Amino acid sequence: MRLGSGTFATCCVAIEVLGIAVFLRGFFPAPVRSSARAEHGAEPPAPEPSAGASSNWTTLPSPLFSKVVIVLIDALRDDFVFGSKGVKFMPYTTYLVEKGASHSFVAEAKPPTVTMPRIKALMTGSLPGFVDVVRNLNSPALLEDSVIRQAKTAGKRIIFYGDETWVKLFPKHFVEYDGTTSFFVSDYTEVDNNVTRHLDKVLKRGDWDMLILHYLGLDHIGHISGPNSPLIGHKLSEMDSVLMKIHTSLQSKERETPLPNLLVLCGDHGMSETGSHGASSMEEVNTPLILISSAFERKPGDIRHPKHVQQTDVAATLAIALGLRIPKDSVGSLLFPVVEGRPIREQLRFLHLNTVQLSKLLQENVPSYEKDPGFEQFKMSERLHGNWIRLYLEEKHSEVLFNLGSKVLRQYLAALKTLSLSLSTQVAQYDMYSMMVGTVVVLEVLTLLLLSVPQALHRKAELEVPLSSPGFSLLFYLVILVLSALHVIVCTSAESSCYFCGLSWLAAGGVMVLASALLCMVVSVLTNMLVGGNASRKNPVHPSSRWSELDLLILLGTAGHVLSLGASSFVEEEHQTWYFLVNTLCLALSQETYRNCFLGDDSEPPCGLRVEQGLDGATAAWQDGPACDALERDKGHRSPSASQVLRGHEKWMVLASPWLILACCRLLRSLNQTGVQWAHRPDLGHWLTSSDHKAELSVLAAISLLVVFVLVQRGCSSVSKAALALGLLGVYCYRAAIGSVRFPWRPDSKDISKGIIEARFVYVFVLGILFTGTKDLLKSQVIAADFQLKTVGLWEIHSGLVLLAALLFRPHNLPVLAFGLLIQTLMTKFIWKPLRHDAAEITVMHYWFGQAFFYFQGNSNNIATVDISAGFVGLDTYVEIPAVLLTAFGTYAGPVLWASHLVHFLSSETRRCLWTLDTPTLGQSVDRPL
Amino acid sequence: MKDTDIKRLLYTHLLCIFSIILSVFIPSLFLENFSILETHLTWLCICSGFVTAVNLVLYLAVKPNTSSKRSSLSHKVTRFLKCCVYFLMSCFSFHVIFVLYGAPLIELALETFLFAVILSTFTTVPCLCLLGPNLKAWLRVFSRNGVSSIWENSLQMTTISSFVGAWLGALPIPLDWERPWQVWPISCTLGATFGYVAGLVISPLWIYWNRKQLTYKNN
Repeated sequence: MRLGSGTFATCCVAIEVLGIAVFLRGFFPAPVRSSARAEHGAEPPAPEPSAGASSNWTTLPSPLFSKVVIVLIDALRDDFVFGSKGVKFMPYTTYLVEKGASHSFVAEAKPPTVTMPRIKALMTGSLPGFVDVVRNLNSPALLEDSVIRQAKTAGKRIIFYGDETWVKLFPKHFVEYDGTTSFFVSDYTEVDNNVTRHLDKVLKRGDWDMLILHYLGLDHIGHISGPNSPLIGHKLSEMDSVLMKIHTSLQSKERETPLPNLLVLCGDHGMSETGSHGASSMEEVNTPLILISSAFERKPGDIRHPKHVQQTDVAATLAIALGLRIPKDSVGSLLFPVVEGRPIREQLRFLHLNTVQLSKLLQENVPSYEKDPGFEQFKMSERLHGNWIRLYLEEKHSEVLFNLGSKVLRQYLAALKTLSLSLSTQVAQYDMYSMMVGTVVVLEVLTLLLLSVPQALHRKAELEVPLSSPGFSLLFYLVILVLSALHVIVCTSAESSCYFCGLSWLAAGGVMVLASALLCMVVSVLTNMLVGGNASRKNPVHPSSRWSELDLLILLGTAGHVLSLGASSFVEEEHQTWYFLVNTLCLALSQETYRNCFLGDDSEPPCGLRVEQGLDGATAAWQDGPACDALERDKGHRSPSASQVLRGHEKWMVLASPWLILACCRLLRSLNQTGVQWAHRPDLGHWLTSSDHKAELSVLAAISLLVVFVLVQRGCSSVSKAALALGLLGVYCYRAAIGSVRFPWRPDSKDISKGIIEARFVYVFVLGILFTGTKDLLKSQVIAADFQLKTVGLWEIHSGLVLLAALLFRPHNLPVLAFGLLIQTLMTKFIWKPLRHDAAEITVMHYWFGQAFFYFQGNSNNIATVDISAGFVGLDTYVEIPAVLLTAFGTYAGPVLWASHLVHFLSSETRRCLWTLDTPTLGQSVDRPL
Repeated sequence: MKDTDIKRLLYTHLLCIFSIILSVFIPSLFLENFSILETHLTWLCICSGFVTAVNLVLYLAVKPNTSSKRSSLSHKVTRFLKCCVYFLMSCFSFHVIFVLYGAPLIELALETFLFAVILSTFTTVPCLCLLGPNLKAWLRVFSRNGVSSIWENSLQMTTISSFVGAWLGALPIPLDWERPWQVWPISCTLGATFGYVAGLVISPLWIYWNRKQLTYKNN
């Protein structure tokens, strides 16, 4: 079957996307999540189980502690407290751990060991998955159920001092707060003094139930000088004195209240030997967790080897301690020593609540939950618990009661452990099978694409796709058979849930047929090539196609970029890589222009001829308008014939344009600082967006829009031109309406609206222009094979996208758009056309520039830099689909605009090529289109 | 082209390398607390001075360009002044290119400029010594197949390898190893220096290996 290369490429891309989707589904397992949202979660707590008797304890148990103080020290590693450093620098804490009424644990944090996910884990008890980030795109606030939310609904008064992240996560939950910023890493004293200065006042007052302190200083010291610096010791002593102050104050207060108080000391993550964190080494994962209260028994604990627990257990424990419901998504289990001192009925009640919550979560997330050993244990212990309650209510003698009770306890603890474990492995496990299926599909398509590159680039742009061969080949059926057998084996033996097994048989079978068909196609294409290769080797085509420096740079740069993604710093600072490459590209282009314009280098084939070496391209080269290689000949004799040479200023433009582009890139680079290491540097964007510089911003936005209009209108039809002008005017009005820029005649207008009308006005024009462009495109395809019309249509689509981007970009980013269009124009006019680069080079250059513009917009590989406000332009409320689409377009506007420019440029070049070279000699010789 | 020529080339190059090594060790005898990383700017100045001096001395001693016409003193002086102007211009244009590459515009301007100076020392100074302030000759040498002697060939190689070294030197800057040499512009200057040294070592060897294939138009 013969396919056009366009159709073929579309099919390949579609299958590729499917493969990647399957892979990603396996790589990012859906987080374990309760389906009932926290908002309407007013269902009553699980009643105490009983076997027939009437007296059920249905309300939540009352709180165990009256006040809870949580002291969270950022990057507190376990050996800072339990190791030799702790003994040396934290004497009071060591005393409490060894002799005081306390329970100490080592809490294991799950990677990523970064503050925000850790705070979530501590407060919700869930393990934040990667998919979470996308799910609450529209607000940074934590939507899930958490201890804080429960405490708020129960009317507890919470006070918070410390890292601002908390305030962002829980914006309305604290009655009093003071956020410190983790912005200035070099500050490690002030940041903690800002927390401690509130302590005396707050501890004297009694009008709170929960006090959370988050100290950042230790983390900052770690980042500056590592875990072995002498500063660490000072900081630990300071923390120790803070802890002593809180503890003594709580103890003195305890006489007034009926219930004891609880003091929790914990770290959110550890610190590696170099002082950083984020990965999963032992030093980063292990954090101390110390619970101090007079309610606990004083018993000599083994300080060197505290029990290892999960960080997620804290949420459940805190909830029980405060008499709250356990957060719905918590996968943690209650730290049993905390409730050990309570009567046995209460202990059982707490454990029951915890297991019920976990088993509910299991039911909602695992299809075959009944087979789970944890669930079976839970059912059994619930039955035993019921029996025990009946006995208790009938008041049999206490010996039997106690023995039975402790048996039920052990059952519950075992059930808890298994449940918690199976839930957290659910989150942390990659779905290997789905990943492998996805990878296989992607690799097969990739191989097919690579194999058909020579055919696809052929002038006819048609390729033989052996679609029929799978239907008749034995290999195809054999592979299907093997794959289905594998599928059955994998799915029946898998312990954890697997997405691909969860699919219906039809869908899974479809994917298997696809995979095996692709395999057969690859094999048959490969055999064809090997057979055909022998034939074609007899007449070698290109004897000496030497690569120019530019080709080398493009190839090495692209490969180098791919390799650089192996280092995490290069991923964080990917924009630097692209800026560097684009700059180097510009310098290489500049070198090429110089060579072409100044040097009559005979040995080097002129650029124009390099495109197709076999071609008798002389006629084409001379007819093709301004060409620099014509220039190189005129160096010797100063009076060349007028038709062959560029006019003087055009020559200078050719020479200057790489430098102009470089200057543009440098300006754009200082517009938005992005990445990780240098993101805090001051940049032009911040300067412009500050309210003092509104006038400058307005002028800049207006000029940028004007430049956009001037650059875009030249290719459009007159209708689109008018629409574009009105649309750009609408963009300015929209920005004025929402108050980011102002009109010169209304300098201080205070009325700020959402700009719905203005934005929708622009949308109308965007759709209009896109519609005209599509219409032209269809017309050129269907009615007449008119390349002129096609080019205009493509340009109109490009300009429609430009208009949309102008609407969605923040005003300080409008120069990015203007400069982008300027660079496109310069490149087209003075570099690509005169120097005659071939399609592959131009494509790669477009790709590089597109990537660079993605970062010029202020994006980075950090999801936090996605500008969500784009999703709200012209919308009254949050509507999911348009918001996601608009946000995606706003984020990827740079690459998308360069891609659309590439399509237009290639189409116009093909037209020109056909126009000038419409001769039969062409078909056989052009290896690369253009 | 004879083996003696290549030998002379090798010796001059070894002298250049020796001067760079000296610039690392000699200052520590006179200056307290001297080290390449800590007092980088001082080292840059000293290294640049040493390399320039050695190049000038070698140029006067070896005189690889045999086409030295008799010229008056005033001609020599203008030539020298022209060379100085060219050197300064190359420094400034390198500075501009670094800024375009993303070097900070205002802060660290001295560091950036000294980097431009050292790169000019490695590239422009040998060119000026060998070719004189003659842009046409420069263009000829740096185009394909334009070299006309082993001296020019080695000049081409050392210059390109210095540039490539400086370019590669920028790569480790974004890595989060937090080493003292990752600070702008230390890694780049070190890269340029290593590139220059590598060019000095490689070019005589390369010429020696390929001495059969190499034919120059003028020789």
